[in-house]
Amino acid sequence: MTPPLLGVEGDGQGNVSLMTSASTMESIFQKNPGLTERNYMGLSDCSSVDSSVVSGISEVKRNNLNLRATELRLGLPGSQSPERDADVDNASSESLDEKPLFPLLPSKDGICLGSQKTFVSGNKRGFSDTIDEGKWMFSSSGTDSDASKTSVQGKISAVAQPNMTKDATSKMMPQEQSHGTFGTNLNKVNASNPPASKAQVVGWPPVRSFRKNILATNSKANDEVDGKPGPGALFVKVSMDGAPYLRKVDLRSYTAYQQLSSALEKMFSCFTIGQCGSQGAPGRESLSESKLRDLLHGSEYVLTYEDKDGDWMLVGDVPWDMFIGSCKRLKIMKGSDAIGLAPRAMEKSKTRN
Amino acid sequence: MMLLQPSMDPNRKRAKSVDRVDSVDSGSESFESTRKCGFPDEVLERVLSLIDSHKDRSSVSLVCKDWYNAERWSRRDVFIGNCYSVSPEIVAARFPRVRSVTLKGKPRFSDFNLVPEDWGADVHPWLSVFSTAYPFLEELRLKRMAVTDESLEFLATNFHGFKALSLLSCDGFSTDGLKAIATHCKNLTELDIQENGIDDLGGHWLSCFPESLTSLEVLNFASLNSEVSFDALEKLVSRCKSLRVLKVNRNVSLDQLQKLLLHCPLLMELGTGTFMQELISGPVTEFKTMFSNCKNLVTLSGLWDATPLYLPVIYPACASLTFLNLSYATLRSDELANLLAHCKSLRRLWLLDTVGDKGLEAVGSCCPLLEELRVFPADPFDQEIFLGVTESGFVSVSHGCPKLRYVLYFCRQMTNAAVATIARNCPDFTHFRLCIMNPGQPDYLTKEPMDDAFGSVVKTCTKLQRLAISGLLTDRTFEYIGKYAKNLETLSVAFAGSSDLGMESVLKGCMKLRKLEIRDCPFGNAALLSGLTKYESMRSLWMSACNVTMNGCRALAKEKPRLNVEVMRDEEGSDDSQAHKVYVYRSVAGPRRDAPPFVLTL
Repeated sequence: MTPPLLGVEGDGQGNVSLMTSASTMESIFQKNPGLTERNYMGLSDCSSVDSSVVSGISEVKRNNLNLRATELRLGLPGSQSPERDADVDNASSESLDEKPLFPLLPSKDGICLGSQKTFVSGNKRGFSDTIDEGKWMFSSSGTDSDASKTSVQGKISAVAQPNMTKDATSKMMPQEQSHGTFGTNLNKVNASNPPASKAQVVGWPPVRSFRKNILATNSKANDEVDGKPGPGALFVKVSMDGAPYLRKVDLRSYTAYQQLSSALEKMFSCFTIGQCGSQGAPGRESLSESKLRDLLHGSEYVLTYEDKDGDWMLVGDVPWDMFIGSCKRLKIMKGSDAIGLAPRAMEKSKTRN
Repeated sequence: MMLLQPSMDPNRKRAKSVDRVDSVDSGSESFESTRKCGFPDEVLERVLSLIDSHKDRSSVSLVCKDWYNAERWSRRDVFIGNCYSVSPEIVAARFPRVRSVTLKGKPRFSDFNLVPEDWGADVHPWLSVFSTAYPFLEELRLKRMAVTDESLEFLATNFHGFKALSLLSCDGFSTDGLKAIATHCKNLTELDIQENGIDDLGGHWLSCFPESLTSLEVLNFASLNSEVSFDALEKLVSRCKSLRVLKVNRNVSLDQLQKLLLHCPLLMELGTGTFMQELISGPVTEFKTMFSNCKNLVTLSGLWDATPLYLPVIYPACASLTFLNLSYATLRSDELANLLAHCKSLRRLWLLDTVGDKGLEAVGSCCPLLEELRVFPADPFDQEIFLGVTESGFVSVSHGCPKLRYVLYFCRQMTNAAVATIARNCPDFTHFRLCIMNPGQPDYLTKEPMDDAFGSVVKTCTKLQRLAISGLLTDRTFEYIGKYAKNLETLSVAFAGSSDLGMESVLKGCMKLRKLEIRDCPFGNAALLSGLTKYESMRSLWMSACNVTMNGCRALAKEKPRLNVEVMRDEEGSDDSQAHKVYVYRSVAGPRRDAPPFVLTL
């Protein structure tokens, strides 16, 4: 059966696809129909496992979804209204749940929503999606309370795990590396908004709070040394147009642009080729890498970075040490998008010199 | 022990299963009565006093009344795994001559914030009873107990021979409490403060050790944040000639550490402070000899902020190290590889996942004697970092370290095939704790559930005592566990299973199960009640965010009056029929008298 994502695209099938997915959900989770009300993932509003924020979230989620269920969105892919974006932002992990309602977005339209473990690690979304999706399905029969759009405390970074993902055959939490080219503007929106606290399962992963705190002070000290790079790792985010998720690299683990570039090639090779198959196929990987290298050296993709002043510059113009000192984040852009950068970068370095 | 017929009935004559000619008037409980021939009780006591293991001692005490008595009089160490399973009065009545007490309190999931504050496990009632029953108490080891400054002060002032205090994962006290200990415990040999929820009001406590205190052997304040007076610390270390364990906190600098090490060459376990210097006062070569005098060092930890520049300082000490704790050092693979090349004797290694799979390859090639590996996530909550370790790192280690028995591994991807390989390579696992950080994640290659992974572990590793499972798991995992994990004592489950059958399989099959902790699983009343006959042989059961209802819990409580069935209500508490957090444990002390309002004992 087609995942709701596809089913809803642009043709407003509404409840039909919902119900089919409902049955899928049922069979998937082997839930006893008689117990459909139960939310064993503890994400119903009567669960005490998660924080009140979380249960609040589920409620909001359901409420939001209810509204969504009745809306038909027939716009072109990517043409989401700002309101929706805001909702998406405010929505918790139900970004996943919302997925079925959103039309497919092409990869060029910002970061794809992928089904990647990176997003869901330490995050309840995988489950909440499933369960809430299931719950949503059932609750769409109208047992919910007033659909007030209460804003959720703390914006949840809405890169979530789609449980009904592009791969129709995936059963439970698809964590595949391969991804379609669906996407939303979620990451883009997030990029422009200050990252808020992410929804997480209470007490998961099971890391002692003592250890959590130690590491937090470690990475804070390393990341936020302003200007001057301190010792230790210097993590910056790397995003790529069309990739479903960000990565982080430690700039200090490289000593030259070439190293950084090849590392990024390796990291992002699967995305440029579309389907990233099994990681365990070395032949394929090297093919992807060389292909990506070609792509990168061709003008298909360029590596850019955002500096301290917030400007996007081409990577490679300044000496490496200066680069490390001023780079806040990296972005692999399509060559066509980066054309406007070059002159500015040159100017900037001119004014610097 | 040759007795075949344990009998506690005071009126029955014992069968002649011992080398005793006379029958015993078991009505007399006096341990002073000697027999005409055979064992005087004193001899029996003497013999039994050589038995250290708690389990053995429990067995001994079940043999017969005499042995029960002899054992109880000779017991010096009491271990209480669940402070609510027994009361301090009962303990004091049974064991009159105790010198050392170990107490564990809250359920383990309290470490992960699943247990509200003020849940209980207050140590004070124990201290009050002990102050009269065991005025000569020497050692107190607490884990997950609630401890206040008042309690610490009470301890320090009421137990005059008190020697050793160990607080692990406790909360409720501040450094003021430590001041009391430092000030009043004249014979202190051990102060071990680890990972507690402590109110750190400053480092003055350390200066409270009197000049006359020279008995310290163990000092661990690595997890405290405030700076202590280095002068006081240095003086303390130099006058305590028997110091064998010293773990300082991050505020102690490298050159300060160097000075300290000059005073304690006999040190066996060292926890360093920060392992780098911002302002280099002298060349790094200054530190090169720092460790060359530490011939007895077997354990090294701390190493905060260690960088490639300073790490080589520890190389001279590495050859004899058996335990290296690098879980606070964000090392990369090459840094780790260089370090491990010197550490041939390692038995235990704790790492951060910043070392990556390449770092783990180095572990596999450098540490053939490795028995324990723990890999912690550097950034467990940052979803964007796709770093860390994968299945291939684990497999590399398993190839190179066939003696592995204890593993704790946090990762973001795993496959069934990898785990099968690992189990094959390391069949001696006793503790296998695998945490795939994304809940419910399947085998990332095949998309299958991870059932076969844990199936292969339990089938191959017959000595398995402790198991923590994760990933996408159906009831099949639990069937495997129930069928094969016959030595399993502790099982931790999260986000797993498909139906009650899962939990039932485990309860039915795992004969030696003692601790079962479950969160976010679809197990309901049927599963809960299937363990009716089992819970009394277990220490405890924890179930949170499952499908258990109040009625199910009531049914359990009704059937088993010697179990405490406690339900913690959610603050939001909308649905009264769901039992959100259930904690079931056996107890001879009856229901808790100090339960807070949100804990309901059924």
